Amino acid sequence: MISQEIKDKYTLVVGLEVHAQLLTKSKMYASDSTEFGNLPNTQISPITLGHPGTLPKVNMKAVEFAIKMGLACNSEITKYNIFSRKNYFYPDLPKGYQITQDKGPICVGGFVPVVLSNGEEKSIRLNRIHMEEDAGKSMHLAEEVDTLVDFNRAGVPLIEIVSEPDIRSSDEAYNYLVEIKKLVKYLDICDGNMEEGSLRCDANISVMLKGATEYGKKVEVKNMNSFRNVARAIEHEFERQIQQVEAGETIISETRTFDATTGTTASMRTKEDLNDYRYFPEPDLSPVIISEEWLNSVKVAMPSLPRELFRKFTQEFGLPDYDAGVLTDSKEIALYFEELCGLTGNYKAASNWMMGPVKSYLNELTLHIEQFPIKPVALATLIQIIDEGKVNFSVASQKIYPVLLANPEKSPLEIAQELNLIQESDEGSLKPIVESVLAENEAKVAEYKSGKKGLMGMFMGQVMKKSQGKADPKVATKILMELLDN
Amino acid sequence: MILEKFLSFDDIQKSLENGETSVTAIVNYYLQNIQTKAHLNAFVEVYTDSALAQAAAVDQKISEGKAGRLAGMVIGIKDVLVYKDHEVNASSNILKGFVSQFTATAVQRLIDEDAVIVGRLNCDEFGMGSSNENTCHGKVLNAADETRVPGGSSGGSAVAVQANLCTVSLGTDTGGSVRQPAAFTGLVGIKPTYSRVSRWGLIAYASSFDTIGIFSRNVKDNALVMEIMAGPDNFDSTSSKKPVPPYSELLHFDKRVKVAYLRETIESPALQPEIKANTLALLDKLRKEGHEVEEVEFPLLKYVLPTYYILTTAEASSNLSRFDGVKYGYRTSAAHNLESMYKKTRSEGFGEEVKRRIMLGTFVLSASYYDAYFTKAQKVRRLIKEFTENLLNKFDYIVMPTTPSTAFKFGEHSNDPVAMYLEDLFTVQASVSGVPAISIPNGTDEKGLPIGIQIIANSFKEAELYAFADYLMDINQA
Repeated sequence: MISQEIKDKYTLVVGLEVHAQLLTKSKMYASDSTEFGNLPNTQISPITLGHPGTLPKVNMKAVEFAIKMGLACNSEITKYNIFSRKNYFYPDLPKGYQITQDKGPICVGGFVPVVLSNGEEKSIRLNRIHMEEDAGKSMHLAEEVDTLVDFNRAGVPLIEIVSEPDIRSSDEAYNYLVEIKKLVKYLDICDGNMEEGSLRCDANISVMLKGATEYGKKVEVKNMNSFRNVARAIEHEFERQIQQVEAGETIISETRTFDATTGTTASMRTKEDLNDYRYFPEPDLSPVIISEEWLNSVKVAMPSLPRELFRKFTQEFGLPDYDAGVLTDSKEIALYFEELCGLTGNYKAASNWMMGPVKSYLNELTLHIEQFPIKPVALATLIQIIDEGKVNFSVASQKIYPVLLANPEKSPLEIAQELNLIQESDEGSLKPIVESVLAENEAKVAEYKSGKKGLMGMFMGQVMKKSQGKADPKVATKILMELLDN
Repeated sequence: MILEKFLSFDDIQKSLENGETSVTAIVNYYLQNIQTKAHLNAFVEVYTDSALAQAAAVDQKISEGKAGRLAGMVIGIKDVLVYKDHEVNASSNILKGFVSQFTATAVQRLIDEDAVIVGRLNCDEFGMGSSNENTCHGKVLNAADETRVPGGSSGGSAVAVQANLCTVSLGTDTGGSVRQPAAFTGLVGIKPTYSRVSRWGLIAYASSFDTIGIFSRNVKDNALVMEIMAGPDNFDSTSSKKPVPPYSELLHFDKRVKVAYLRETIESPALQPEIKANTLALLDKLRKEGHEVEEVEFPLLKYVLPTYYILTTAEASSNLSRFDGVKYGYRTSAAHNLESMYKKTRSEGFGEEVKRRIMLGTFVLSASYYDAYFTKAQKVRRLIKEFTENLLNKFDYIVMPTTPSTAFKFGEHSNDPVAMYLEDLFTVQASVSGVPAISIPNGTDEKGLPIGIQIIANSFKEAELYAFADYLMDINQA
């Protein structure tokens, strides 16, 4: 371990390369299905296997998805797109090259605003987003001597999102990844699942003395299968590299692999034995030209993005940042909430319902909002009858809500009536109840009158009990005060 | 044999119309010829069963009046064009035993018009060579002189038509692989505009140069096959969307045209004297016929071959990476780990010339030499293309010898790859520029070996090219 004092002398510099597997039905350059989890080598046409005589064909849906991500990240969209071959030998790479974009990526520049844990906002600039194809999977089975290869994944479309080295802490890296994941999910272009590999991240990490103008030699770290592990790997590298510099050693440009069990990184290969990928323009594909019309049609069809919804929820709906943050965490929750707010004017109550009863129900059963049985219109009605004083919140959440969950087709008012839960807010019918409570507690009434005002709560409780929870607290309090204070 | 006269598709169609023969009889005739001339080694595999089955089906269609436009045509295909459920090797040991799961678009379009595919034809490995000596199937003999090469890489395709083993044949032309063997065997051979014919199902040598061409005895057969084969194809995004004119119906030629010939080709020290004489004689005939013939300079000629070899080997080094022993084809039995599997498989599976070009291509694409070679060659390619297109805006045609020499002896250039590369000196200009070019017979040398003359036209001017070539064949015979 190195001391905080030494650590403080250095600046951490991180750039992230995120691969996102696109949710297209077919592959980047072939019509094979991209479905995950099927039997090995069942989605392998001659194109996928690179049979002699085959040619690739660009999946325009994948191009559209890449454009969407670029628009969401404020990138410039390249009109004239050419592809390149990245040449290297590996058994899971059927053609001996990957068709990718080298010069002239589809999205150039852009930025992703990230909210840090201290509430501050920071923009992480992007270098580029480009399109490419995935490789197959090599598998080493316990009972097999040979390595087996499954080509189902070979050719699945990917975008690679390359940030500038703008990230200065593991916290920034973590939040950047959260933001990227949120974006791809909002855009519905990637399922964002890092454990299944549909989102993958490599980190380029270096250190430099504070105030230095030149970055240190960067180390690339691979094989981190969660956001948490990316942050851990960055922390570890920060310390390791500082230690090395402090000891007077030079950092070598290399690729290191992260070990999740120890939280450390180990050298995989140095730059010297890195492949020379011999990029050159892919002669088998004609350029993909993105017309103004196409670009506009994609722009028009862009869904609301988390930041826009956040702004709407805070500025239009007047919700606290905290609420807006929680509600825009997932696209589906945000859209449900947006719909709900179109049906009720009580945004804060809607937010409380979402963050309280709705979320706890979903969490308890590990369900997604799409599986939530209650339609926004029913929830809006429930909020309405509380606002109208027909029921109070605790009755609504504890008695009506569970019944509504089980019978979502029923209206909340109907349930309240069936269960006889409509509040007594009529003074005429409440007064006898209050009078009987006071009559049964003569001693306490005397104590109250001699100054023990705290007994009010006890009387109120009795009234509620006698009315089976239906008494409107406001009306009951008013009657109590009248009778006691006279 | 009654079929000896069938030297053009017109003859065949007439006989079929008259009911004198059947497609089955025609196929049997060619099968017989193939057997008789087996020593020429043109065919690598004869599809006796599927060809006879196709023939029977076409005969049935003829009797029902539903036959396609190529009914009666029997076609051999170069061993780099894939045909579903048939083996294809690209004349390489690395693809021994490989059976294709699909059919090349060009081949399928011919089948759809009722052509019969009779077998696959020997060639240089992956189309790399100019003598058809680089092949795992053994060399092909030139029927004009069996001690000589038929040219390459589509040598088998040339000899198959030369020796009357099929009506026409398909070859591929990346730098002259149809035109040069056509010249060596006295045939008509075309390389169309790049992108005119879909490359789907053509085993790639150099993707930005590869074209599918045709060998025939006469221009009309060639034009007919081209008009059926050419055109846009969804499977090849680089194929041109331009409509295809009916070339075979546009052969009539009665205008006066402007013809350029390149001084550097005529003055080339490598040019065999009889070829020079025949070329000049033909140009004279054209002048006498009232055409404008002009000598122009082509200062870029010396850069054409280096440009071609840098770019084609670069693409080839990548295109041939897929042959790695993992998924199909040959795999060494002597490997002990992944790297040795790759090295041994590829060392044992590929022939010498292919390995030479893979190494060359890998070198010119490597980071340290990329700009010096690949980038520069791309720039020079653009210059050559612009020069050629500009010239073809001023002139209707460029005419030059197809090859510096007539067919050479086996082994003559085997130990000197550069001498072999010089064989392509005149053919690569059209390949580098992407424009169409055709070779037609232009007499013989003093040994009686065929001489070819090459005509180049601007991109997508195949109709004009065929018409002029047909006209030249006529005035040459007159």
